[in-house]
Amino acid sequence: MLTPLAIELAYWQETIIKGVIGLVAVLLPTGALVYLFLFKMMSFMQSRLGPMETGPYGQLQLLAEFGKFLQKEDIFPAKADRFVFAAAPFVVLVSTFMLVLVLPGGPDATFIDINTGIYFALAVSSVSVIGILMAGWGSASKYSLLGGLRAAGQLIAYELPLVLSVVGVVIMAESLNLSDIVHKQNEFGMWFILPQFIGFFLFLVSVQAELTQPPFDMPQAESELVTGFLTEYSGIRFLLFFIAEFATAAIFSAIGATLFLGGWTIPFVDANAEFMNYIGPLVLAAKMILIAFLIFWFRITYPRFREDQLQRLAWKFMIPLALANIVITAILKVAL
Amino acid sequence: MSEFLRSYLTVAIFGLLAVALVTALLGISSLLRPTRPQAQKYINYESGVDPVGTGWGQSNIRYYIFALLFVMFDVEAVFIFPWATRLEAYGVFGLVEMAIFIFILLLGLLYAWRKGVLRWI
Repeated sequence: MLTPLAIELAYWQETIIKGVIGLVAVLLPTGALVYLFLFKMMSFMQSRLGPMETGPYGQLQLLAEFGKFLQKEDIFPAKADRFVFAAAPFVVLVSTFMLVLVLPGGPDATFIDINTGIYFALAVSSVSVIGILMAGWGSASKYSLLGGLRAAGQLIAYELPLVLSVVGVVIMAESLNLSDIVHKQNEFGMWFILPQFIGFFLFLVSVQAELTQPPFDMPQAESELVTGFLTEYSGIRFLLFFIAEFATAAIFSAIGATLFLGGWTIPFVDANAEFMNYIGPLVLAAKMILIAFLIFWFRITYPRFREDQLQRLAWKFMIPLALANIVITAILKVAL
Repeated sequence: MSEFLRSYLTVAIFGLLAVALVTALLGISSLLRPTRPQAQKYINYESGVDPVGTGWGQSNIRYYIFALLFVMFDVEAVFIFPWATRLEAYGVFGLVEMAIFIFILLLGLLYAWRKGVLRWI
């Protein structure tokens, strides 16, 4: 199921291979996004060079940062709820790792092929809210608590447009399975971004908010809350939250590419061909970078929303628009 | 074990993999990092001054109302998904049924809107 090789693998052998690929699939795009967009593109857009000293064009800066975080002292605040404080990064990263499983990289190159694919992804991604609330509560700090509550309020508000924006795609593909959705776009002869451009817009904005990236970074607003729910975290524990945030950015970009940009397929190339198992993941990665570029472009360009504006946008604009999108798509589906 | 259950076993294994990764990183870090305890390090950060009162203060009721609204809408979103996959089979009948459902959903949102619940004061 995993590899198109002719060798029969036992379940445990297959799972070990999947585990290694999964680790690479989570950590490599994360590093690529942080270096490409957060270090370099952000610097260029702000008329500076960014890291230049470590390696050619600062490519080894990430490793240097990693080494730095490893050597930092581990500080638990005296008043903190120690168990909750320590468990929070685990919850956030488990949610991220389960999210990567649904991504199809080729006709046979899937981690798991479950019928509820996209629904599973949406369900698992919202588990990270619990981790963030735990971080905010466990720190026993006023900034952390406020940041955690703001994050929870924001994540649940934008969870709805995210879920509803996907329904348009599901109506067109008639399946929740991500592999089926990819094949359907190929049969259709058109990527779903064209008929579902409202859905794509809603998806992009909701993902931005789910990632608590600027302009939706009220939970971490530096000028009011220091760094929100991360205030009391230092060293490696801070790094874990950082990895989870950008890994989720990478995976959500890939899910967006799968839903709206045709996933691992290339137009006019046979989608069931054997070699697609090998170049499929690369195509998916290229499309992921494209969507991640949009996300980080918004992040760098726009100023931060106020809390009331943020909630108003979700409840009074995005959710009605998402419902309208569902109704229009359904009417067109039945009529045509 | 069936293919279906095996898929979910893989999910559980990936969860354990994440736990293992975090544990490994914390383990490596504990070998490398210094430990020099000072009482001042463990005071909560409050912009440089000593913290006042407890960190677990009271917070605003507004978050609670938004959470209630969310539960309402999210449960209803669950009903939309199975319908969306079978729309072709249901045809016009399914379309009208779901239009009524979404209309009632919108009515609820409109009611909350008129009641001023959505306003962040």
